Amino acid sequence: MAKITYIEHTNKKHIVEVPNNMSVMEGAVQNNIPGIDADCGGSMACATCHVYIDEKWFDKFKKKDEGEEDMLDMAYQPNKFSRLSCQLLVSDELDGLILRMPSKQG
Amino acid sequence: MITTDVLIIGAGPTALFAVQQLGLIGLKAEVVDNLDKVGGQCSELYPDKPIYDIPAIPECTGETLTKNLMKQIEPFNTNIHLNERVDQLAKEGTKWKITTNRKKVFIASSIIIAGGVGSFEPRKFPLKKAEKFEDSGVFYSIKDKKYFDKKKICIFGGGDSALDWSIELSKNSKVVLVHRRSEFRGTPKNVETVKKLEKDGKIQIETPYQINSIEGDDKIKAITIKDDEGKIKKIDVDYILGFFGLVMKLGPIAEWGLNLDKKHIPVSTENFQTDKEGIFAIGDICTYPGKIKLILSGFHEGALAARGCFKLARPNEKYRHEFTTTSKTIHERLGKKKS
Ligand SMILES: Cc1cc2nc3c(=O)[nH]c(=O)nc-3n(C[C@H](O)[C@H](O)[C@H](O)COP(=O)(O)OP(=O)(O)OC[C@H]3O[C@@H](n4cnc5c(N)ncnc54)[C@H](O)[C@@H]3O)c2cc1C
Ligand code: FES
Repeated sequence: MAKITYIEHTNKKHIVEVPNNMSVMEGAVQNNIPGIDADCGGSMACATCHVYIDEKWFDKFKKKDEGEEDMLDMAYQPNKFSRLSCQLLVSDELDGLILRMPSKQG
Repeated sequence: MITTDVLIIGAGPTALFAVQQLGLIGLKAEVVDNLDKVGGQCSELYPDKPIYDIPAIPECTGETLTKNLMKQIEPFNTNIHLNERVDQLAKEGTKWKITTNRKKVFIASSIIIAGGVGSFEPRKFPLKKAEKFEDSGVFYSIKDKKYFDKKKICIFGGGDSALDWSIELSKNSKVVLVHRRSEFRGTPKNVETVKKLEKDGKIQIETPYQINSIEGDDKIKAITIKDDEGKIKKIDVDYILGFFGLVMKLGPIAEWGLNLDKKHIPVSTENFQTDKEGIFAIGDICTYPGKIKLILSGFHEGALAARGCFKLARPNEKYRHEFTTTSKTIHERLGKKKS
């Protein structure tokens, strides 16, 4: 279980507890947090689950695989802290994670 | 104006199978899709990936599935209108009038919405000013490449569309290729060609940069690009082109006054009708308790929606259930010889 803070582009914060082995994307969708569309349902085919990971947390995740970097090319305004949230699995180590969502997803 | 029994919005796997189910019970369908090809997500997002959960087909790719679905509906000679988006629905007496973005009009007794997560549209530049210049200075596809002859062009993207067009347009124009990282994801051959053209001074490559602003009032004069560290460069251009792939947009579907639940259309599971009589929704776009987004589910939903359409298209006939194995009528519809 990890407590995750999802911040909308308007700075509105949503703090929720997400069970282990769920994706960070699912944590948002199941808690009705706006800002993550996830059109492809987590199959890494849409880039509409794009988030910016807080700098302090960025290196805690496994490196992106090539497919994710390719999909990020299509994301809306990616930067060096961009990830696809459907590719990030929740674990106890992520307790306290902070991430921001872009102003739109496509 | 085209008159038909059923107008199907979308040409994804669910829509294609619905055509077959309608055809078997003697109903004529017309299909409209905004993409340039049939198959929806299967052909646009994963043509080469294998699918393992289509009943009785242990393994097939998105492309093969689409091909087989097309083969299965061959006997019905269905018109499929591609590159066209359904924009408006309006009640016309007991029927529905459907209008596309190209002003094609259909009259049908029922509509089946098989629109997936929405229509596939190009992803756009994240700047307000890009909207203003869309189709005059900002483009997401190329219809006539002559238009770009002897111009200063900036192309954005890292896939094959961006590379193909950089190579092609650099023959007659000055091309700057901009991408957010230094790796390109196009085919090795394309990447090699582009790198060679850069060496020969035919193409200028700028990475890792993204668009930052567009300058000019009645036409584009220049743009600025920015890297992750905030470094900014200015480039003089006439036209800019963005190739960032496609995104699914619910678009017009949201404007038809249908009940919506988070981008999905609630339906009755008896016949997959929406809250409007004569409008059905199947596949990824529909929702009901227990809905799963599987091709399998979409097939079932189409079969039941077809029976729902029958009642409206043939109000004076009684629907009779028949099997494809034994029904003579169905064999005739399929063009099979009498045995
Ligand atoms: C990577 C990936 C892997 C998958 N793997 C599987 C799997 O193994 N098994 C499985 O069962 N499912 C799988 N799926 C899900 C499956 O592809 C979908 O459930 C299926 O494509 C839904 O079909 P559909 O016909 O409802 O919609 P779609 O395939 O989304 O097609 C909808 C079509 O409607 C068009 N459209 C929408 N609005 C309009 C409009 N207004 N005017 C004109 N056209 C419009 C769109 O352009 C689109 O072509 C996968 C999906 C992805 C992304
Ligand atoms: S949900 Fe589509 S790429 Fe993550």
